[in-house]
Amino acid sequence: MGLRGDAAVVGWAEWESERKHAGVRAFQLEQWADLAASALADAGIAAHEVNGLVCCDLRESTDFVPATIAEYCGWRVNFAERVDLGGASPVGMVWRAAAAIELGLCDVVVCAVPARPRPRPTNPRGPRQDWLTTGASSNEWGSPQAEFDIPYGNIAQNAGYAMIAQRYAAEFGWDERALAKIAADQRTSANANPLAVFRDVPLSIDDVLASKVVADPIHVLEIVMPCQGGAAIVVTSRDRAASTRHRPAFVRGFGEHLAYKTHSYADDLVRTPIGPAAQQAFAMSGIFPGDIDACQLYDCYTITVLLSLEDAGFCGKGEGLEFVRRHDLSYRGDFPVNTHGGQLGMGQPGMAGGMTQVVEAIRQIQGRAGERQLRRADNVFVSGTGGIMSEQSALILQGA
Amino acid sequence: MTTTAAPQQPQPAPIVPDPTPTAQPFWDALAAGRVDLQHCAECGQWVYYPRSRCSACMSPNLVWETISGAGTLYTYTIARQPTTPAFSEAPDLVLAVVQLDEGPKLTTSLENVTEDGVRIGMRVKPYFHRAGDLTLLRYQPA
Ligand SMILES: [Zn+2]
Repeated sequence: MGLRGDAAVVGWAEWESERKHAGVRAFQLEQWADLAASALADAGIAAHEVNGLVCCDLRESTDFVPATIAEYCGWRVNFAERVDLGGASPVGMVWRAAAAIELGLCDVVVCAVPARPRPRPTNPRGPRQDWLTTGASSNEWGSPQAEFDIPYGNIAQNAGYAMIAQRYAAEFGWDERALAKIAADQRTSANANPLAVFRDVPLSIDDVLASKVVADPIHVLEIVMPCQGGAAIVVTSRDRAASTRHRPAFVRGFGEHLAYKTHSYADDLVRTPIGPAAQQAFAMSGIFPGDIDACQLYDCYTITVLLSLEDAGFCGKGEGLEFVRRHDLSYRGDFPVNTHGGQLGMGQPGMAGGMTQVVEAIRQIQGRAGERQLRRADNVFVSGTGGIMSEQSALILQGA
Repeated sequence: MTTTAAPQQPQPAPIVPDPTPTAQPFWDALAAGRVDLQHCAECGQWVYYPRSRCSACMSPNLVWETISGAGTLYTYTIARQPTTPAFSEAPDLVLAVVQLDEGPKLTTSLENVTEDGVRIGMRVKPYFHRAGDLTLLRYQPA
């Protein structure tokens, strides 16, 4: 079952994470085109070669998003997909592109996620206010979230992740210093990433624990900082990859798993969907957790990293705290996790947050990570997480 | 954790839902001080939240039955910041997931608890909370 490993990521573009974008504002459609052009140039592939695209949403268009992008960019595509998996979308975009290429539908696919602010409307007509006040929950009539979750105050992400952490503590015990160490180790890497929002701000375990508790047991410095940015990648066939500019990162395995929207309805809150997703990815690739040189794990919260380490199989269930205490997770360490600083260190540029993990995996495989380049980065594991760990995806990339 | 008092009742419930026809019997029961839950006539599964088909076997043969509403606290958190501005009148709201004795879990919040008195695994019982035209199913220690 699965991919042969004949599609590769060969180019990328990534914008700096900024708390507030300093440059000129552009529509997301324009940002999409800018990111795509940069990623294609990075790969050494011409615009007219593009015959596939994968997108998320687009602020300018609620529907017909792929066709709008194809029209705007002047592409004729045989494969167009819109992914709606929250933070798991970027990983989901990569494998969908690889699968379409292996099916022979297309051989150059662009995936982009713009996340810079748009021009201010001269005639304000209601931005997505509803989304802003209810988080990722739908407050539309007939939505189960509107009827059974939101009325109790169960809105947005913090409380949900906090309830996962509390359940973990009740089942396996707790060590707030180990959780804080995840943020601190990643910050060491962020301090070596010129694109990171916290590139100049060091962070210690004590700093994390001194920050205020937002929802027990989660401190504010264990939560990503929203910011602006954007990223794109180019996926192509093995044949076309042979004449691109950098070392290709072949898509060897993937998995995706989801079963609920609201965490209350999870069968088991602390055995997360990354488990079956990673299991499938490893089985497909013939690569084992012990073969992995670096993990780029979606890190909206520190608890997400802890559970992903366990459930993806890098340590046993319930052993995550000890694993984190025992290993240096920074790019200088013995078990590098989120060598770009993660989203905790780099900032979360909206939906493009998950793309920071994908891009860093490719960057390491291509040997382009500068100061934080790992000595060996042939096999990299990437995860994506959407909602309250309700939808997760896994990716195994291999340099060749 | 400190030992500050838990939220005082009555709690405001500023976002009152519009019931859907499928779930109306559930809301009607709450208003009458009962908890009614759907039970699948095909496979025996208890279903929450209310649906048009069973979440285990997709049968449409769901029958409303009155249950005690008793359950166990599966997890919780204390929202030190309001989860949304609408809840700014409810500081330190104890958000919770309760597992009913029949099996399903539900989203709720706790009443009549102190911070030191909340424990995952504790037994809980319904606290019928009048909010606007509706009664919400909140929980309290059994
Ligand atoms: Zn059934």
